[in-house]
Amino acid sequence: MEENTSSASRHKIDVHKKEHKEEMIHQVISFILMILFTFIAFGMVVLEISSYFVKPVLILLAVIQVVFQLYYFMHMKNKGHFMPAMMMYGGLTVAFFTIITFTTIIWW
Amino acid sequence: MSQEDILNPKQMPSDPEKATPEGKNKFVGFWMFLGGETVLFASLFGTYLALVRSTSGENTPENLFGLELVFIMTMLLLTSSLTSVYAMYHMKNNDFKKMQLWLGITVVLGLGFLGCEIYEFYHYIHEYGFTFRSSAFGSAFYTLVGFHGGHVVFGLSWFIALMLRNRKRGLNLYNAPKYYIASLYWHFIDVVWVFIFTVVYLLGKVG
Repeated sequence: MEENTSSASRHKIDVHKKEHKEEMIHQVISFILMILFTFIAFGMVVLEISSYFVKPVLILLAVIQVVFQLYYFMHMKNKGHFMPAMMMYGGLTVAFFTIITFTTIIWW
Repeated sequence: MSQEDILNPKQMPSDPEKATPEGKNKFVGFWMFLGGETVLFASLFGTYLALVRSTSGENTPENLFGLELVFIMTMLLLTSSLTSVYAMYHMKNNDFKKMQLWLGITVVLGLGFLGCEIYEFYHYIHEYGFTFRSSAFGSAFYTLVGFHGGHVVFGLSWFIALMLRNRKRGLNLYNAPKYYIASLYWHFIDVVWVFIFTVVYLLGKVG
């Protein structure tokens, strides 16, 4: 009986280790993509691509990087992250209106 | 079962950071804090965007910023984010030594970032005479980027304190949440930096 439980717990550890490994692979892939996005962003500015879509594309690249950071590096894609998501989306909503307010007050 | 036995189980759970009520509370509470930090940095970004054109003399974003240093800083901080992910991977597999090692590497990379930032500010002040008081742009720039730098200092001190305090204790359910939350803080610092290098430096160069 004792042997059974210990082999069962060993099995559980192996399953967890495998899960951790899979998560790590996803994290390394997201790291590579983030490096790639950084290169594209700096490259666009260094090569002085002149057109009005440069600014929105730079912002978009930053947003994608942050999504990777939050969901993969900070584990927001995992179970049990309802409250963190609520907090972050709440914070981001207020952040959005703050920036809109600050910039438009000065412009107009 | 004594408190000590609960914190040092024979077999560590696969998510030691959330295995105790205290760990769970820290986890939720810390994300609440990060939501607040998002708003705080948004107000600094908003101020910066509002004042970025209020320059004085030659010290405009286009003239001041050099992208080489910013690129190096970005790479250092992004890589340190990955090494702290490695540290948390080893924490979940209950490998204390490797966790400490990867946190140590994270700290070294963070110190590299900090050194670059100090050099950058020093360079602006002494070569260009660009200070906190030169213009509204100067105030907004140093407040935003300096506040992020302050977070880096705090994050590094946090890691170092944890590593030293627990070096002989090993991993248990008492300190696992502490490590996990410090690493969340470190990732958040990189989140803010992504927007700083994009909004301040890259968009500053584009004009």
